[in-house]
Amino acid sequence: MSSSSETGAFVQTPSQTVGPFFGYALPYQGGADVVDRTHPAAIRLHGRVFDGAGVGVPDAIVEVWQPDESGVISTELGSFERDGYTFTGFGRVPTTRAGDYTFTTVKPGVAVAGGVAGVAVAGGDATGAGHPEAGAASAAVAVAGAPYALITVFARGLLHHLFTRAYFVDADGAESFESFAQTDATLSTVLADRRATLVASQDGPGSYRFDITLQGDNETVFFDFDA
Amino acid sequence: MAETTQAEISAEIAAIASEVRAAANAGAPPELQARRDYAPYRSSVLRHPTHALVKADPEEIERTSPAFGHTDVDLFEADLTIQHPGEPLGERIVVAGKVLDGEGRPVRNQLIEVWQANASGRYVHKRDQHPAPLDPNFTGVGRVMTGDDGSYRLITIKPGPYPWRNHLNAWRPAHIHFSLFGSAFTQRLVTQMYFPGDPLFALDPIYQSVVDPAAQQRMVSEYDHDLSVPEWALGYRWNIVLTGPKSTWMEQDDDHE
Repeated sequence: MSSSSETGAFVQTPSQTVGPFFGYALPYQGGADVVDRTHPAAIRLHGRVFDGAGVGVPDAIVEVWQPDESGVISTELGSFERDGYTFTGFGRVPTTRAGDYTFTTVKPGVAVAGGVAGVAVAGGDATGAGHPEAGAASAAVAVAGAPYALITVFARGLLHHLFTRAYFVDADGAESFESFAQTDATLSTVLADRRATLVASQDGPGSYRFDITLQGDNETVFFDFDA
Repeated sequence: MAETTQAEISAEIAAIASEVRAAANAGAPPELQARRDYAPYRSSVLRHPTHALVKADPEEIERTSPAFGHTDVDLFEADLTIQHPGEPLGERIVVAGKVLDGEGRPVRNQLIEVWQANASGRYVHKRDQHPAPLDPNFTGVGRVMTGDDGSYRLITIKPGPYPWRNHLNAWRPAHIHFSLFGSAFTQRLVTQMYFPGDPLFALDPIYQSVVDPAAQQRMVSEYDHDLSVPEWALGYRWNIVLTGPKSTWMEQDDDHE
């Protein structure tokens, strides 16, 4: 057995579409509420999923996975059984007939490497910048990147899910996104004319809009992390 | 306008398959995944990206995954036949196997969600208009956490094939939908498990969107008599391999050494 694992004989199982009939299986109560609306830092993250004809996709399901507002990645259980207080970082919501989705969440901080192993959480430093703890992996991790939420899209017609990132930019922050783009290793590789598709832009107090265009002129940048 | 026939869809499927065979004969690496753009599956036409995916190194958030556990998933949810007062109709089956990563290591304590049609090929979904009976004793939704060895075991009813509207007289082979999380979000997988020997494989554009025959087989469970329970249920074994991860198994590596 160990010999086959050393030769890398384990080939991935192919993906198949989520199909149209996930509605009674994957959505769950509280799936859209990464935090409760009464959370002092609660924001709305919303948008529409568009197909290549510019029509909203009514049978998509969107997942969000993100750090909290100080950049800590949660290891808490309870995404399916929300208690209204514990931040688990995960949400899932089906699109409406118009193709819209909405999460209630917080603006993520820049992810802290050690936060996941619990070593960087104790200090109560809410800036999310740094945490150069003595934890194993943290020294090598640059934390200068831009804050974002990982967004995953599934839909009828999508044979393989799509990963994208929603980078948060405030209403007055167009410049800050360009400065992110220069410091963030991933963004700097994305062609300038497509970067804007990765921006969750502020469209009101505590509200950020992130449309997802599966195909076409404004096609969202989707990522392949297996590179 | 006349509806597309199965013969037309089958001709499209065959043309793509022969291109892929020719490429393989010329030395191209096998296609491991479903094609995102697979025109015989009509719904993919306007829903696949046309730009190449942007290759990116996963950051911390992508190298981790939400924690699910006993507070999220009850042990009883692995048995889809006990969710109602009566026994569901159909052929009771055990579906079991292991979830492994790309290096054959168990994907431990991670979430599997499943959903499926009932024995008659009908989903409990308001948009499923197939005129086959609902079963008051079967919903068709289950969840299970993998064990320390990556194993899972579900008890359910063998789902029926069902018609859909991709083209005239289109039928899906019987399948169970699986949604999986690994220890990294990059390992996320939604797929379908099929049953061996289904005559609808050749006709089904979703199954055929995985063009390589060896890759197709990775979606098909095998009948395993050792999993069958005497006087009670037939057993199907299906192992699932997630991608990677490259960086989340360091502790286990050390344990191995």
